[in-house]
Order: sequence, then C-alpha cells, then structure tokens
Amino acid sequence: MAIEARIKQTPKPETGVLGTLRETAKGLWSLIVGLGVTGKYFAGKQVTVHYPRQTVEPEALTGYRGHIELVGKPKTPDTPRCIMCMKCMRICPSGCISIKAQTEKLPPQPEVEEGPQESQVPPPQPKKPKKTLSKFSLDYSLCSLCSLCVLHCPVKSLQHSKHVYWAETDKKDLTVDLLERLRRSAKEAS
Amino acid sequence: MMQFTAIPEPALRLVLCIVALAVFIGLNGLLLVYMERKVAGHIQRRPGPFEVGPHGILTPVADALKLVGKQLVAPQGADPWLFWTAPILSFMPIFVLFLPIEFGPGLFGVQTNLGLLLILAFAGFNVLALCLAGWGSNNKWGLLGAARAVAQSVAYEIPLLLSLLAVAFMTGTLDLSETVAQQGAWPWQWNLVTQPLAFVIFFTCAVAETNRAPFDMPEAESELTAGFHTEYSGMGFGLFFLAEYAEMIVVCSLATILFLGGWKGPFLSGAWWFLVKMYALLTVMMWFRWTYPRVRFDQVLNICWKWFIPLALVNLLATAVLVKVF
Repeated sequence: MAIEARIKQTPKPETGVLGTLRETAKGLWSLIVGLGVTGKYFAGKQVTVHYPRQTVEPEALTGYRGHIELVGKPKTPDTPRCIMCMKCMRICPSGCISIKAQTEKLPPQPEVEEGPQESQVPPPQPKKPKKTLSKFSLDYSLCSLCSLCVLHCPVKSLQHSKHVYWAETDKKDLTVDLLERLRRSAKEAS
Repeated sequence: MMQFTAIPEPALRLVLCIVALAVFIGLNGLLLVYMERKVAGHIQRRPGPFEVGPHGILTPVADALKLVGKQLVAPQGADPWLFWTAPILSFMPIFVLFLPIEFGPGLFGVQTNLGLLLILAFAGFNVLALCLAGWGSNNKWGLLGAARAVAQSVAYEIPLLLSLLAVAFMTGTLDLSETVAQQGAWPWQWNLVTQPLAFVIFFTCAVAETNRAPFDMPEAESELTAGFHTEYSGMGFGLFFLAEYAEMIVVCSLATILFLGGWKGPFLSGAWWFLVKMYALLTVMMWFRWTYPRVRFDQVLNICWKWFIPLALVNLLATAVLVKVF
C-alpha cells in the first residue's frame, strides 16, 4: 500500500511540445539547485575529523561497533558475567574466540555409610565444582564484527567496545585476552 | 632583434613561446590538480589533501614525481606503436592550441588571422589519440572508452563549431586578438550579452569535448575502470592527464576571449584579468564535476543531437539575419 501510494505521488513526465519544454525548464532549474547545494557545502564548515591530530571522544561514538569486550558484574566489575557456556565460541563463524575455564578442585567427599537403618535425612548433594574463567582470548585479526557472539550471550556478558583507534604492526598483537582487559579497565575505573 | 643571430625572429619567438608554454602548462597542471582535489574535498565537506606541505600544497608535486618514477608497462598483445603514439599525440597538439591565444595585450605566440580555426582544427587530434589509445591497448574497457570518445567528440564538435561561428559572424573575424579588441572593458560590452545562448552551448560542449564530468563517458570509472587509459601507467597516463587539463585551459581561454572580453577589465586591463576569468571558468567546470552525476550514454547523444545542434543552428541563423539587417 505504502509503495503504491508513493508511486502515485511521483508525477509522470509531461508529453507534447509544451510539456517537453516545461520538463526541460524544470530539469535546467534542478541543475542550478544542485549547484546551490554543493556550493553551500563548499563554503560551509567541514564535518570530518582530522585523524592523527584530532580524535573523537568515545562518548560521541554512539552506535560504533568496535571489537567485543567482556562486561563485568555490577558489584564486582573485575569479574565478568560470563558463565562459560561456550555459546559465543561455538557460534563464531571465524573462530576467533577461545575460552579457558578452570574447574575448582574439590576435597574428596566423605563416604556415606550405608547402614541397615534408613535415615530420614537425605544424603547431602555432592557439591558442584566451581568453574572460573581463566582466559577469554580474542583474535581480532579474524573477527568480522558480525555481532553473533554478542547476540547469543545468555547473560549479556559481551558487548562491542568503543576502542576505535586500535592499530598494530604485527598480526600477533591483535590477539588480546579480554579478561585481562576487563580487569585493567576495572582497576582504571576504580 | 639582434643582428648577429642567424635565427630569424619569428622562429626565435616560436621557440621561446613553446618553452614558455611548456612551463605554463606544467605549472597550471600542478595547480589544477591541487585545485580539483581541494574543490572536491570542500564540496564533500572534508579538507582534501592536507599532508604534504602546508595544506597539502606539495601533493601535486609528489604525484608528479610518482608518475615520472613509475615503470612504463604495455599490456601483452598491445600494438606498441599505437599504444605509445597515443599519449604523445594527445599531448603534442596542445602547444599549437595555445599559440594564437592572446593572454594579455600583445602576449601571444603567433599572430594569425585564423586563430580560431587553428584551435578548432588541432583540438580534433585528441579524439584520434583517444581512439588509438583504446584500440592499441588490447583491452575491452579501452576499446569501449575509445568508441564512446569518438561518438561523443564527433557529435559535440558540431554545436561547438556552430556556437563559435555565431560569434565569428558578429565580429566578422577569426582572429582572436581582433575579437578581444572589438569588446569593451565593462561586462555589458562583452559578447556574452549579445550571444548568451552561444555561450551556454559552447561551455557545455567544451565540458563534453574535454571529457569532463558529467560527460566523462570515455573514462567512466564505475563502468569502464578508466576507459581509454585503463592500461596506461606512469607518464603514459600522466600525458593524457596533462593534456586533459591543458585542454580545459584552452577551452576556458577561448570562452574568455570570445565571450568575456579577454584580457580587458573595468580597471587595470591586462593578463591578470584574463587569468581571473579563465580560472573562474575552470572552477565552474570543477564545480560541475562534483555536482552532477554522469549522464547516460544515450542521454549524452540525445542532448547533443536533439537540443544543442538545433539550438545552435537557430542561434546561428538568427545571428546571420540580425547581422545582415543591422
């Protein structure tokens, strides 16, 4: 419907001798209007940033999608929200995320005596070993910024950073440990 | 002239002129490259070249050095004779085009009463050069560019000639110095007032003849990579480039002489008025380039055959009648 309405609105080119002349006059006038537009831009202020001498503040970068970064917990900003579900690692089409989790070693469980008399209390559940994130590395040289990892994170532990001016001369330097980065930025913030 | 020189005066004058013109064309080429990039930048709301020298003023020098330093490569299967003749053929006639132009009072290369004819005749060489370049490259883009160049240049030469002929009818001469002499110093004494239509037709055709946007069909980047000069590198390309800018200067000079009173101005008449008018027209040409989208090829020819040629003919006939009556 909307498209049809728009098609109806565009005027048909006029026909006939007078119509052609009117169309031509309109076209010639549009040429002058065009010159006016570019002329105004020519005389007006420039809108680009002169990069090495000027930079854009991260706050001004609304909507900019830089490389991914970990999001800290609200109370402890140096520990990520990550629950090590590995979804981001699996969904990544370029395979640029690698996660290492450390499993806590639990002391051996005391053996439960199996007596003839059944106790009323159920046996205590074996304690689950606690997992901690030990490494979350990103190979930015492979990343295509598709944002799939950010979209699939169930706990919103990933976001795009506003780290615009990142350039390296060595490909190896493009691999970063995001966990370390999070800790560093948390320390800087506090 | 000095007695002990065995060289006759006209020959000496010619040699000096060509040397001076070579310097003039070279310097103007550098200046125009810089100007074009700055105009493009500012129209697109960015600063343009900024890094080499203050405000990027040395960028064209760096560009020129790069072009001179590059290896000349001819593609496999190209016709070496045609391929290397083309850029030279494109550049050499430029000197002839500048000879009859009067830059200031008495400041011209050759005194001739057929200056206009000389320029129009030798300007046609460029089409041949473009054609040879496209054909000799053994490249489909080159060939398509060459075909377009020929169709477009041949078509636009007709209204260009007709519009200039109207001015020649009025002034009764083909001598460029005489044309300037017949115009006054003030803008209302210029031929622009009596021949506005001829001026518009001439200037538009000039844009088309120099293959500038929006009529840059022979080198349409988005369709033909670079058209006829796709296969040229280094100074092969450099010569085409320089020739294009030199031709822009020639057509703008012609427009200045024929329609805008040449070197005459309301005060302090002289060569500087000529340069001011010429550069104003060059700026307008650049302004066109960064404003208008490229015209489709059938539109290019339609504009010429359906509008410019009839209009130029009507204008010529009207001028002829009025000249006869008054």
